[in-house]
Amino acid sequence: MDGNAPDFAAASRAALADPQLRGNFRRAMDGLMSKRAAQFADAGEWHAVRALAASVRLRALSKLPELLEKLEENCTRNGITVHWAATTEEANGIALDILHRVDARLVVKGKSMVTEEMHLNAVLEKNGIEVLESDLGEYIVQLDGTMPSHIIMPAIHLNTKQIAHLFKRKIKDAESREDAAYLTDLARRVLRAKFQAADVGMSGVNAAVAETGTLCLIENEGNGRMCTTVPPVHIAFMGLEKVVEKLEDVPPVISLLPRSATGQPITTYVNMISGPRKDGEKDGPREVHLIILDNGRSSIYADPELRDTLRCIRCGACMNHCPVYTKVGGHAYEAPYPGPIGKILVPQIEGLDKRGAMPHACTMCNACVEICPVKIPIVEIMGRLRVEAVKPGGAVKDGGAKASRAEAMVWSGWAAMNASPTAYRVATLAMSKLGNAAPSSLPMLKEWTNVRTKPRFAGRTLHDLARAKGVPDV
Amino acid sequence: MSDARNSILTKLRTTRDAHPLTPPASDFAPIEAKVWPPEERLPRIRRLMEAVHTEFIDAAEADWPAVLREFLAREGVESLLYAPETEAGKRLVEGWGTVSPSPPRGEGRGEGEASHDSPEGSAMYPPHPNPLPGGEREFEGMGEGPTLIPYDRPLEDLKPQLFESIEAGFTTTRGAIAETGSLILWPTAEEPRTLSLVPHIHIALLRADALYDTFLQAMREQRWADGMPTNALLVSGPSKTADIEQTLAYGVHGPKRLVVLVVHP
Ligand code: SF4
Repeated sequence: MDGNAPDFAAASRAALADPQLRGNFRRAMDGLMSKRAAQFADAGEWHAVRALAASVRLRALSKLPELLEKLEENCTRNGITVHWAATTEEANGIALDILHRVDARLVVKGKSMVTEEMHLNAVLEKNGIEVLESDLGEYIVQLDGTMPSHIIMPAIHLNTKQIAHLFKRKIKDAESREDAAYLTDLARRVLRAKFQAADVGMSGVNAAVAETGTLCLIENEGNGRMCTTVPPVHIAFMGLEKVVEKLEDVPPVISLLPRSATGQPITTYVNMISGPRKDGEKDGPREVHLIILDNGRSSIYADPELRDTLRCIRCGACMNHCPVYTKVGGHAYEAPYPGPIGKILVPQIEGLDKRGAMPHACTMCNACVEICPVKIPIVEIMGRLRVEAVKPGGAVKDGGAKASRAEAMVWSGWAAMNASPTAYRVATLAMSKLGNAAPSSLPMLKEWTNVRTKPRFAGRTLHDLARAKGVPDV
Repeated sequence: MSDARNSILTKLRTTRDAHPLTPPASDFAPIEAKVWPPEERLPRIRRLMEAVHTEFIDAAEADWPAVLREFLAREGVESLLYAPETEAGKRLVEGWGTVSPSPPRGEGRGEGEASHDSPEGSAMYPPHPNPLPGGEREFEGMGEGPTLIPYDRPLEDLKPQLFESIEAGFTTTRGAIAETGSLILWPTAEEPRTLSLVPHIHIALLRADALYDTFLQAMREQRWADGMPTNALLVSGPSKTADIEQTLAYGVHGPKRLVVLVVHP
């Protein structure tokens, strides 16, 4: 691991030692999981709409370059200025150019994970521009000087008491009251003044419709609407995968996203923007810009297996159900996207050299795959990234940097073994007979035995025992 | 166009053509199958929206402005921003003078049909002035009850009042959706988007015969793909958040209250 690469293991150990943090996460995740389950009580409906949503995302990916061109054409016709950025530096530069041109001093932002990826706030602040996150959770995290610990619930790691203390410290005239309603109202008062005064509003995009040149944003608070409606300039940021072909493709995505994310049938607002203020209209921004960011996505797209990563609609459900995420929390990942989606997306964007630990922070329990509303084979991709990390000359950024021939052979051998019943039987038999003799310094066992004692292999395999009891082989 | 654009699109095209992807067909049947008998749509919408703190009042075509006026007076709301050039805006102004002096009916919210008939007949209120700077008349001589304020100028000239003093905003809707309990808002040049966003209370007029089963059905029947407005919205309740320890709190940035005025034909 290089010097400035995040150390997931150390960060996790620290998180695990913090009972307050663990309690905050456990409570929140339990709530989110049961609310989601209630929304999908009808299994038939879940499977059918899920298949539809997956097909919408796959169809969009199958025509990605054409749809992006069409989106650009229709947005332009609607009066939206479209910009393209290969890297986060380019995207930050485009945003800064617009801000400088309109002499912006104050920016209000709605939730946008892409701008987290860009570290946009730091760039703006360095340029003397005040930037205010307006989603309540993001606002809390910004006041606290940390980063979101969940993509849907950014301040989920804090409880009311901690937030009350933070507000007391950071907001003028704040009373020290541990009351969510009071704290929410306090934030309302601070932020309303900012919405009114802001020169530019920024937002992300949940889905961009190629057919009509429409940017769809969903939210509960109304801050997204404020940011995209009140300031004279609106800048929207999207990863290039966020396009869908038709307007009709929006309802299936909108149907699954909030239900998966927070267990709500729909968010309070579905905001569909198809242009700046037209002649004769009394409100709306006078300029709307769309910045389409690549930042490694076109490389992910190039690989037919890894491409599935780009189906993601950022619902966060995989985090809520991940046995690792729910224990260590979002900050341990030190990444804009934590949890299962982060473990496959971030290493591909930032490189396996820096993020090689992420695909290993997984028990391969498959919970995320079962609840993913667009059926991303997260665990398969995770396995593939583990191979890529040790395979020289692979498809992923900085892949093979830590190439250890032995580990690479082991991983591909493991894959081959599991694909063939005979090989599997031979291998498990061998382990039951010889496993206890294997030294714990073997490449595969090393990471495991660093923190655990080596397991004792049973003398007979489970299959063997089952067969003896008359269970037929499957 | 930029280098980034061309290199991104070229890379996407080349790699996609090297490994084409055949998506499964999109079968919309599971969404099309979501239908409710017409008489169940409104109760369902109401149930879903009330569950997230939306309020409902009922009125008939003939008297909805008076019903609304009475509701606002009862709630102590003193100012209502409206769109003067829309049909509904004109009706609102016409009907505003005629009020029912019947006493408040207590907490009848969401209780279904209310009777709006006044035993004593109607009382006339003076024509309402435009209290905004540059408005034609002075802010004096008003009868009791809420003042109507026309949204008759660009946002820039209305911002201070909009953010600091106006209490309620009135908009029409293009119907509502039974599946999720959502109003369809379609702002226009006449009916600006901030009407439903900035004032603390949003009053939305819903015609009881404009109900759809699903979002998909509404966008198909209303032919949205043929032309979108600069901003279209689904609104399913007042502004809310659960960002503080999963505790629901209403009125974080947008309206604190959403009141649906159901007009029955
Ligand atoms: S990977 Fe699936 S479950 Fe996770 S955020 Fe993306 S869409 Fe949601």
